[in-house]
Amino acid sequence: MQVAKHHKSGVKGSRSTTEPAWVRYLLLAVALGFLSLFLLLPLAAVFVQALDKGWEAYLAALKEPDTLSAIWLTVLTAACCVPVNLFFGIVAAWAIAKFSFPGKSLLITLIDLPFSVSPVVSGLIYVLIFGLQGWLGPWLQAHDIKIIFAVPGIVLATVFVTFPFVARELIPLMESQGRDEEEAALTLGASGLQTFFRVTFPNIKWGVLYGVILCNARAMGEFGAVSVVSGHVRGSTNTIPLQVEILYNEYSYAAAFAVASLLALLALVTLVLKTVAEWKIQQTLSEAESER
Amino acid sequence: MSIEIEGIGKNFGAFAALSNVNLNVPSGELVALLGPSGSGKTTLLRIIAGLESPDSGRVLFNGEEATQRQVQDRQVGFVFQHYALFRHMTVFDNIAFGLTVKPKKLRPGKQEIRDKVYTLLKLIQLEQLADRYPGQLSGGQRQRVALARALAVEPQVLLLDEPFGALDAKVRLELRRWLRRLHDEIHVTSVFVTHDQEEALEVADRIVVMNRGSIEQQGTPSEVYDHPATPFVFDFLGNVNLFQGRVHKGTAQMGGMNLSSPEHASAVDAPAVGYVRSHDIAIERVATDAGALEANVRYLLSVGPLVRVDLMLSNGDGTIEVDLPREEADRLQLSVGEKVFARPRKMRVFVDDYQI
Repeated sequence: MQVAKHHKSGVKGSRSTTEPAWVRYLLLAVALGFLSLFLLLPLAAVFVQALDKGWEAYLAALKEPDTLSAIWLTVLTAACCVPVNLFFGIVAAWAIAKFSFPGKSLLITLIDLPFSVSPVVSGLIYVLIFGLQGWLGPWLQAHDIKIIFAVPGIVLATVFVTFPFVARELIPLMESQGRDEEEAALTLGASGLQTFFRVTFPNIKWGVLYGVILCNARAMGEFGAVSVVSGHVRGSTNTIPLQVEILYNEYSYAAAFAVASLLALLALVTLVLKTVAEWKIQQTLSEAESER
Repeated sequence: MSIEIEGIGKNFGAFAALSNVNLNVPSGELVALLGPSGSGKTTLLRIIAGLESPDSGRVLFNGEEATQRQVQDRQVGFVFQHYALFRHMTVFDNIAFGLTVKPKKLRPGKQEIRDKVYTLLKLIQLEQLADRYPGQLSGGQRQRVALARALAVEPQVLLLDEPFGALDAKVRLELRRWLRRLHDEIHVTSVFVTHDQEEALEVADRIVVMNRGSIEQQGTPSEVYDHPATPFVFDFLGNVNLFQGRVHKGTAQMGGMNLSSPEHASAVDAPAVGYVRSHDIAIERVATDAGALEANVRYLLSVGPLVRVDLMLSNGDGTIEVDLPREEADRLQLSVGEKVFARPRKMRVFVDDYQI
């Protein structure tokens, strides 16, 4: 399709520039075939495998106590991470987009750090800090605080890995909107909080939602970093992705795929919400454009 | 409310946006800050509003120190070049905003807010558009809404940052006349920033000409226009021709002309520059004395009610521009290539070569 488009802009209006029908269909077929083979087929396979032994077995696999505990821990982790990163993401984006200060570009680079570091390394960082052999390990042990191989470690590692999502989404959006509206609100007597909730937030709410969706999806699906700090204690420090791995390694394929199908479902829901949010952001942006 | 600016300075990194600016804006006046871009006029306006803080100096409102006062407490109305309307709110909510964010004790009732907003909508002649969103309005309408929003909180000072800069020529003209009439009605102390000299001359009670972070001259429009204090002001307000020459004991010699220049009676053979506005030059067919220069007509251009004549000086000093009223041009019947004499009616001579 790209090829056809390119030619069109090159030589305008000539009939010979339109590719013949069979070329267009061939290109379309290749693109769709590739998509089906590498994306749709595996997704379908997950559900087929999950329901291989019937609906009953599927539900039974999900009702397994260890699995239920993994689901619960995953939800708990996401419920901790998303608000924390929502708050810090908005604060960081606000600071970067609306003020100029020394070290701004360093801050932007730091926000991107979790993206550029392998999740396994992110997990190891926490083991180095909080682990028994780590800097704070002896002190934590003396006070009977468990972080590594326990829920706090999982939450911390996930917060680290998912940190950039909200901030990264909001920085360009807020920068494009400038600070005129906030300044107008201030001159009209609005306090800082009033300005945020009545002027800034309505303008970025779809961006916030977008960031939250991505942050949540990653928080629930994170494997590497969590795997390092969790210790794989069944029914206690396993999240859904870890549980899938354990079940798979034990050759209980149906159960593994049943649990995996939850993550696949999450991905689908995320996709839909993401598309809606993206569409809404485009709308706000084009409105901002027309105001200039 | 009167505004006093005392010794304000402001730097952005190594760039001095303002240096030692002193200014008084008497209560009820409409003052224009006029200057090219980068002259510091917007920075000064933002410092008055409290959106920017000065590195040195003081801002006083009604004689009271206000330099450290928060934006919210300054009771200023600010109108932005790009309107800065709240895009997710209707016109009504935009105008009501300043009233609805007041602390509970001071906040007017719902009905009172409604009445106030409709009074303002009537003032800006947009009553039927109360439920529209900013995106659905034209530029001129948006700027009027922005003005109404600023007026809703009954500011003591109205500050306008290039309020008509983003509008097309016709709307700009209408809106600035409307602003002048509005000011005559409500008499709120107003400061507006512009780079358009015509706009400043037409609207303002007083003009403050700024250049490179300091004030070049301030005065009424006619003072500034008729008696420019510096070459910069002369050059900035209107079309100007420059003549290089010398002054000696009250007589200026400029490119072969001898003109009396009594204000430089004490000058002894000093280099000088003569400034003549393009409409202050007469074109004659016959030279009468040494006060005119021989030149050839390079081209003629009709600009509305004027005819712009481009002349090539015969003494090799380059070209000059002359604006003739159309009747005068019709009477002369000039043609390209013709030899004529240009006689400056008014020349302002500045000794010491000012670079502009």
